Amino acid sequence: MAKNIQSLERAAAMLRLLAGGERRLGLSDIASSLGLAKGTAHGILRTLQLEGFVEQDAASGRYQLGAELLRLGNSYLDVHELRARALVWTDDLARSSGESVHLGVLHQHGVLIVHHVFRPDDSRQVLEVGAMQPLHSTALGKVLSAYDPVAHSEVMEAERRSFTGRTVTEADAFESMLDLIRAQGWAADAEETWEGVAAVAAPVHDRRRMPVGAVAVTGAVERVAPGGTLRPELIAAVRDCARAVSRDLGAGRF
Amino acid sequence: MTDAHTTGTHGTGPFIAAIDQGTTSSRCIVFDKDGRIVSVDQKEHEQIFPKPGWVEHDATEIWENVQEVVAGAIVKAGITSADVKAIGITNQRETTLLWDKNTGEPVHNALVWQDTRTDALCKELGRNVGQDRFRRETGLPLASYFAGPKVRWLLDNVEGLRERAEAGDILFGTMDSWVIWNLTGGTDGGVHVTDVTNASRTLLMNLHTMAWDEKILASIGIPAAVLPEIRSSAEVYGNAKGGILDGVPVASALGDQQAALFGQTCFAEGEAKSTYGTGTFMLMNTGSTPVNSYNGLLTTVGYQIGDKPPVYALEGSIAVTGSLVQWMRDQMGLIKSAAEIETLASSVEDNGGAYFVPAFSGLFAPYWRPDARGVIAGLTRYVTKAHIARAVLEATAWQTREISDAMTKDSGVELTALKVDGGMTSNNLLMQTLADFLDAPVVRPMVAETTCLGAAYAAGLAVGFWPDTDALRANWRRAAEWTPRMDTDTRAREYKSWLKAVERTMGWIEDEES
Repeated sequence: MAKNIQSLERAAAMLRLLAGGERRLGLSDIASSLGLAKGTAHGILRTLQLEGFVEQDAASGRYQLGAELLRLGNSYLDVHELRARALVWTDDLARSSGESVHLGVLHQHGVLIVHHVFRPDDSRQVLEVGAMQPLHSTALGKVLSAYDPVAHSEVMEAERRSFTGRTVTEADAFESMLDLIRAQGWAADAEETWEGVAAVAAPVHDRRRMPVGAVAVTGAVERVAPGGTLRPELIAAVRDCARAVSRDLGAGRF
Repeated sequence: MTDAHTTGTHGTGPFIAAIDQGTTSSRCIVFDKDGRIVSVDQKEHEQIFPKPGWVEHDATEIWENVQEVVAGAIVKAGITSADVKAIGITNQRETTLLWDKNTGEPVHNALVWQDTRTDALCKELGRNVGQDRFRRETGLPLASYFAGPKVRWLLDNVEGLRERAEAGDILFGTMDSWVIWNLTGGTDGGVHVTDVTNASRTLLMNLHTMAWDEKILASIGIPAAVLPEIRSSAEVYGNAKGGILDGVPVASALGDQQAALFGQTCFAEGEAKSTYGTGTFMLMNTGSTPVNSYNGLLTTVGYQIGDKPPVYALEGSIAVTGSLVQWMRDQMGLIKSAAEIETLASSVEDNGGAYFVPAFSGLFAPYWRPDARGVIAGLTRYVTKAHIARAVLEATAWQTREISDAMTKDSGVELTALKVDGGMTSNNLLMQTLADFLDAPVVRPMVAETTCLGAAYAAGLAVGFWPDTDALRANWRRAAEWTPRMDTDTRAREYKSWLKAVERTMGWIEDEES
């Protein structure tokens, strides 16, 4: 096994030292506690400070743990928080598009539906919250595969089943489809998962621009893509909705 | 939020503006003909707590905020007064204000519905009969929420006020009256009116005649000269004078919970809605008869459209629902955000035998036991915080079931489906649990802002923007529906355990007279 990296070990020791209770320590305390030369300790502290892991109190010059550590610990976005934030926007998307709306997140090599708004007609519909969709063929799954590196590696390793004659399964073709999705900012599924059904999806980002989910409009292919062409106003509406949810999660405009 | 509607199909209007003068904020929402939101503006006002149990609002600040949010919403929508066909009002109920009709100045801060300073007065007014002394006429128990005793308190405690009131210089109103009087000109010809739903929360209106009850006025000690004229919930009271909506008809007023009933289009007998917020309010339409409650519910007016007969409702409220989740977050620290309660609760299959009865300040409908306090029952070593989280959500669902059962007993009408709104409807597990415990479908509409929508609907009906309630029903869209999945035996067994837990809350406070 290769030798451990000494400066990382020392940085970890410093974080542990500062984590012991409510502590602010001066440079000489830190250096002497860890048996380091002041100059060495200072170099490591400055690097940690630049990364946000350590902060220096302006008045006393003492060091304490930084806000970035807190953020790392809280990085997981609760899917129910995501649904609560998305509620208003997805209702409005269903209303303006006249189609059903789904919000999905990556879960166990697939897309977990965490929110579903019915198509606004009086037809009988069943709530699909908790259902799973495939990553490689649905609009939601493709968006997640394109933007989330974890989803990407999962979808590339998995067997990509052919559900209809239109499902893209071959690796190179699939990768170039993801390139296109990243370039245009949205994904479509025109009868690639279910015959007669088409969908458009766009990514939802959190405040650190991490892809946390995707929102999709789904409906009969004749309405969503009449004559084989996706309705451009539908694409715009889905992207607006995804941006509005992202903004509510604290993501900047992009 | 207007920027979300870049893809919308609002066209060029016309529109209805709804003002929601609420407990913590005032809002204005502009709606289009399909009942879709075009723009929103909102501003919070100060909560004034002069003593423990006392809650007041500065009515001048509220009127300034109302003007601001109306202007804000109109500007955000990019429209003018010419595009607005009517203004609708909905408001926090029971909050009580007296003002000088010559200067337009409030004589005191408004006494908010939560304010309990009239507790002793209400007991005194009950005389030898008790809190149901006026129930037959008003449908309400003598409780500190309602406006009548608050008026009496002000007349007794603001120096010289009773003389000024008897001389005809003082006007009383709930917040609907205050907003309408100011909108229609204030000291310059403002109309002094209230609607039947707000009047039904004063303890002063006779439910059977829809008029102020002279005997009760005499009993409580309120001069008739201060009272507003009682009108229907949907008619033109007057036109706005001055301000950004100058000349637009002011055409509806509904208390907030009644407005939600209207916005949820519960126009048929037996239709009910439940609004899940900090607390929960459930109202059921009982048609043209005021149903007396023998099960601890309130009888109230649902709405009245113009010169049509009034429609009545039964009301049940749950004091602690969303606030129990907040308590789990802020006091217990078991979750970091309210939404996380679902994550925690979903990590287990059931409640593990634990039941949580949040009788933090006693049990309300249908028990009315002020001597009760909260209980977590059925604890064993097996129970985890996830089971408790589940018990928290189940508490809201069981309390809804208890109110729904009381409504069925009083009205003889079985609940066929429950329409829900409010913040907690984003909790999927809670909504499923509700459907399971009620053994009835739970339905969420597409517009979450049912309160403002109800006020807009009523105003739109009054000016012919919408032809009839059928047109409003056609606007209603189902966003989600949860169907019962629990088998009958499990439901019965669980309900029995819940009722056992409820029993264990009672009698905790021993020396409190009730």
